[in-house]
Amino acid sequence: MQKNAYFGLFIVMAILAVLPFVLPNSFYVDLVIRMAINAVIVLGLNLLIGFAGQISLGHAGFLGIGAYASAVLPTHFGWHPLLAMGAGAAVTGALAALVARPIFKLKGHYLAMATLGLGIIINIVLRNEATWTGGPDGMPVPAMGLFGFELTSDKQWYWVVALLLSVSVWASLNLIDSPFGRALRALHGSEVASQVVGVDVVRYKVAIFVLSAVFASLMGSITAHYVGFVTPNLADFFHSIELVTMVVIGGMASVYGSLVGAVLLTALPQALATFEGWETVAFGSILMVCMIFMPKGLVPTLAAKFGKGE
Amino acid sequence: MAMLEVSNLSIHFGGVKAVQNVSFNIDAGIVYAVIGPNGAGKTTLFNLITGVYKPTTGEIKLDGESIGGKSPNELATRGVARTFQNLQICMNMSAIENVMVGAHLRLDRNLIKAALRFPALKRRDAELRQEAAQLMAFVGLEKYVAARADAMSYGALKRLEIARALAMKPRLIFLDEPAAGLNPKETIEVDHLVRKIADSGVTVVLVEHDMKMVMNLSERILVLDYGKKLAEGTGEEVRRNPDVIAAYLGAHA
Repeated sequence: MQKNAYFGLFIVMAILAVLPFVLPNSFYVDLVIRMAINAVIVLGLNLLIGFAGQISLGHAGFLGIGAYASAVLPTHFGWHPLLAMGAGAAVTGALAALVARPIFKLKGHYLAMATLGLGIIINIVLRNEATWTGGPDGMPVPAMGLFGFELTSDKQWYWVVALLLSVSVWASLNLIDSPFGRALRALHGSEVASQVVGVDVVRYKVAIFVLSAVFASLMGSITAHYVGFVTPNLADFFHSIELVTMVVIGGMASVYGSLVGAVLLTALPQALATFEGWETVAFGSILMVCMIFMPKGLVPTLAAKFGKGE
Repeated sequence: MAMLEVSNLSIHFGGVKAVQNVSFNIDAGIVYAVIGPNGAGKTTLFNLITGVYKPTTGEIKLDGESIGGKSPNELATRGVARTFQNLQICMNMSAIENVMVGAHLRLDRNLIKAALRFPALKRRDAELRQEAAQLMAFVGLEKYVAARADAMSYGALKRLEIARALAMKPRLIFLDEPAAGLNPKETIEVDHLVRKIADSGVTVVLVEHDMKMVMNLSERILVLDYGKKLAEGTGEEVRRNPDVIAAYLGAHA
C-alpha cells in the first residue's frame, strides 16, 4: 500500500514540473494554479470528511478569514503579508477550536449545522463591515513579498503553489499512515471501538477540524495575494458546497481523489462554458451521473476496478 | 485485595432497571465468567465497567481506586480492554491496522511529527506492524495479515477484535461472547485462545452462552437474571444452585 501511495506523489510532482513548459498560454497557467490551490484545500477537507467522517459546510468561511486577513491587515495596518497570513490562520484555528469543542461533545452530525451557520456569519460580516472590507465590492490585496522580491508573475506563483501542493500531498500521506491517522480512521470506522483502545475521540475530531480549517485559511491568503483582489464570494456558502463536492466526486478518504476532484471541478465550468446558459444544468447532470455510477468517488472506484488499492 | 470490586452497581434507562444492586469481586489472574439468559444485563454490566455507560448508583473500583463514570479512553490508560458482542471492527481499515490501533496509547501520537514523517515514528510503526502480525498469529489469523477487514469472515473478525484488545497489553480484558455465532470447531479454538490469554497473565472476564466453554475455563461464575445477581461461585456451586436451575430450566424451585 505504502510504496504505491508515494509513487503517486512522484507522478504528481513530475506532472507539476512538466506542465509550465507544455501549457499553451497564461490562461492555462492560471487555471492550473487555481486547481492546485483548490487541491490543497480539498486535501485538508478530505482528512476531515473522508478520513475522520466529520462534515464541514463552512470551509469557505475559513478561506474567507485567511483571504481577508491578507487583504485588511497589510492595507489598513501595514502588516507584513506573511505575518497577516499567520494571523489569519491563528484566528481561524482558534475560532474552529472554539466552535468544535462543544459540538463534538454531542453525538451526531451537528458539526455540519454549526459550520453551515458559522460560514454564513463570516460571509455576512465580510459583506457588511464595508469600512474595513470594501463590502460586497471587495477590496484589492497588496502583493506578497518574499525575502525582498515580490511575487507577481503567474510563473512565480505557479512554482510556489506547486511546491505547496507537493508538500501537502506528502504530509497527508504521512499523516494517514501514522498513529494519529489511524486513530482518525478508527473513530470513523467505529467510535466506541476507538474509545475503548484509548482514543480521546473529542480531541482528535477537534484537532483534525482545526487543521483542515487552518489549511483553508492559509490557502485563502494565497488566493488573495495571487488574484490581487478579494470579494465576499470567496467565503460564500456555495463555495463551501463546491469544496465538499470536490471531496465527494474525487473520492472520500482518498488523497489522490482530492486532487482529481479539485482538478475536475475547477476545470469543468470552463469546459462547459460552450453550453451557454446551460452550463449549470450540464454541471449538475455530470455530478449526478458520477454519484449514481461511482458513489465512492472517481479514484476509489477506478482503483478498485483496476485491482489496485491506493 | 481484589483487582476489580463492584458494589451495589445499578443503571436505569427510564423505568428499565437493566442492572440492579449487583456486587462482586474479581481477583487478579483468574478467568471470571458472567452468565445469564438473554436480556439479563450481562453486556450492560460490561458497558458499565468499561465506561461506555455511566452507573446510576454504585461503585466500581480497580486496584482500590474508584473508576465509576470514567470514560472508556481513561479506562484504557489503566489497562482495561474489551471486545464487543456485536462486532466493532473498523471496516475502513486493513486487518492489521485494526490491530495496530489497539496499541494507540503506547505510541507517539503527535500530529506534526507524523505529518513530517519523523524517522523515530516510522521505525516504531514498523516494529508495531511486526508485533501486530505476531498477535494475529497468536489468535490464529496469520493468513489474514495482508487482508482487508471487510474481506474477512465473521469468525475471523471475532478473533481480530481479541487481537486488537491484546495489542493494548491490558491487565484486564472483557470478552463479550467471543464464541457467539461460531461453529463447534471455531468454538474450541476460541476456548484454547482464552486459556492462552489467561495463562499469559491477563485477567479475563467472559460473557458467554456456551456452557461447556464457561465451565471449562472459569474459576468463578456470576449469574445474572433480570439485572440482578442470582448466584456467584465456582462452576460446581453455580450448577447446583436451585435459583440458577430455576432460571435456566424454568422449574419451580
